Amino acid sequence: MYTFADELDQWPAARVLALIEAASPSDVDRALRRRERGPADFAALLSPHAPARFEDLAREAQRLTRKQFGRTISLYAPIYVSNVCGADCTYCGYAVRSGNREKRVTLNPEQMRRECGALAALGFQSVLLLTGEARYAVPVDAIAEAVSVAREFFPSVSIEVYSMDSADYERLCGLGLDGVTIYMETYDREVYGRVHLLGEKANYDYRLDAIERAGRAGARKLNIAVLLGLGDWRVDAFHTALHARYLQRACWQSSIAVSFPRLGHVPDRFHIPRLVSDAEFVQYLLAMRLYLPEAPLVLSTREAPALRDRLVALGITHMSAGSSTRPGGYATHGEDVLQQFALEDHRSPAEVESAIRRAGYDPVWKDFDRAFDTAAAPGGR
Amino acid sequence: MDRPLEIAGRRFRSRLMIGTGKFPSAEALRAAIEASGAEIVTVALRRVDLDRPDDEGILSAIDRDKQLILPNTSGARSADEAVRLARLARAAGLEPWIKLEVTPEPRYLLPDPVETLKAAEILVKDGFIVLPYIQADPVLAKRLEEIGTATVMPLGAPIGSNRGVQTRDMIRIIIEQSGIPVVVDAGLGAPSHASEAMEMGADAVLVNTALSDASDHAAMARAFALATEAGRLAYLAGLGPLRGTAEASSPLTGFLGGPPHDLRV
Repeated sequence: MYTFADELDQWPAARVLALIEAASPSDVDRALRRRERGPADFAALLSPHAPARFEDLAREAQRLTRKQFGRTISLYAPIYVSNVCGADCTYCGYAVRSGNREKRVTLNPEQMRRECGALAALGFQSVLLLTGEARYAVPVDAIAEAVSVAREFFPSVSIEVYSMDSADYERLCGLGLDGVTIYMETYDREVYGRVHLLGEKANYDYRLDAIERAGRAGARKLNIAVLLGLGDWRVDAFHTALHARYLQRACWQSSIAVSFPRLGHVPDRFHIPRLVSDAEFVQYLLAMRLYLPEAPLVLSTREAPALRDRLVALGITHMSAGSSTRPGGYATHGEDVLQQFALEDHRSPAEVESAIRRAGYDPVWKDFDRAFDTAAAPGGR
Repeated sequence: MDRPLEIAGRRFRSRLMIGTGKFPSAEALRAAIEASGAEIVTVALRRVDLDRPDDEGILSAIDRDKQLILPNTSGARSADEAVRLARLARAAGLEPWIKLEVTPEPRYLLPDPVETLKAAEILVKDGFIVLPYIQADPVLAKRLEEIGTATVMPLGAPIGSNRGVQTRDMIRIIIEQSGIPVVVDAGLGAPSHASEAMEMGADAVLVNTALSDASDHAAMARAFALATEAGRLAYLAGLGPLRGTAEASSPLTGFLGGPPHDLRV
């Protein structure tokens, strides 16, 4: 079977970089004017010549986003179900050898209910459940239970957990799971191996194909990303877009979203190898919007309020608000429990909501209905 | 003098229907609805919480004395999901009208003909007034009419594309053959597109993105209202047929004697 790994093989970093380096200012202009853009156009938009046309790129990104999504921003909240982790991802606060000493906990169903209740009271109707890489501490059964509990409170429930087999995704989708988020972190095999030292996550190929398994199992919303700061952001951006296009064909009934996580707060032992500046960050976002006009683009509270408020008008369509990266962080546990990383945007959901309104956009809390049942989808899933 | 638009026995003066997605605020939506004069306003059930209607949401922008809320099933990927949504809306107290949308792929939101037909059959039997969103497929339109849908709503172009009536040849056939109102839905990006659809003989048009995308929502809504009316008037007045070539000004068959006649008749 043809998989994304086969497609990735056709685009080694050297070929991607050659394409980006070959791009001229007039290639950027051409990419701007096109109605449908190909890989060479995307490469031009990632090139060092693109920033000279930032204002035009931003206008086009805004036009395309408004056409597809209108002036709306969908809001969601993360719920960390557990911070127990058996992996050693050197950049992550949950890593088993991160040196962090705060408590490791896994929420039981009753605590889950309390967290869900707190978020529902704030207006949230869409949540993302997260765990560490610890099948032994949080088996698929426990994730299934967490999904079921969350579905009592919210029409839309997604997960961002360890990679699973097809049968596991099918089971969770049957319980009403709506979306699956899996960040590849970096498509660069060598860098990937250097920062993912232990556990299942060290298996590059199993993780690479996981999102397609989730899509084929019936997940409606697939969300991919690279962690900006690990590899060459231009090459990773290119591979992310390639992956998104591949998934649009392979999982044609799923929407393919892209997130923009950027490394900021990291454990003491880790130094961010390829810092990504605000300008590069914005260039990546604009290029992605122009290349994938129909893709939801997601921004978390890792970024600061000033930047987040600006990006509302430049192509972002989904935002988290009032987040905690600590299990039980909304209503159960205090600061003695380990968080995954420190956040930059500490505003309440209501404050984020008013900032979105001030920017001339409509904050959307509900965009999914309980009547949708992934298990019942046609098409031989 | 025009007759009012009649759908399932109910009469409407306006032939412009409005979609409610993508607006920056409820006030912007309210202004657009008011300026459009629309009497049918469609609302995505996935976007509203019928059990907890809030003051700032989409429903707050609709004046139920002036506008019929037409709930739609957008987001549904299968007949089952669409039917479930429709029943929930009715149970929550909305009238049993449903704009049936089954769109399994999220990029272009193109309608699934198989699942749409299946859902329409169930909903019609269940007592719903069904307005199905379909590809501009004349045979599908007849099949839906036969099972008892209240209208058909063929697309002019993919939703949100603003490309106008790209499917005009097929829409022409649908209009020609239809015994129920034909509403051109999706893709109408400019008032001239709405005019064109109405000039072709469509019974009504539905727009959303063109209004939500405009910098002045109300002005654009008014422009669409005027264009819809202009197109309707032109249709009623009898537009001349499109001709591919210039016509000879003197009769070619005068030598036969008697009045010249049209060879095509």
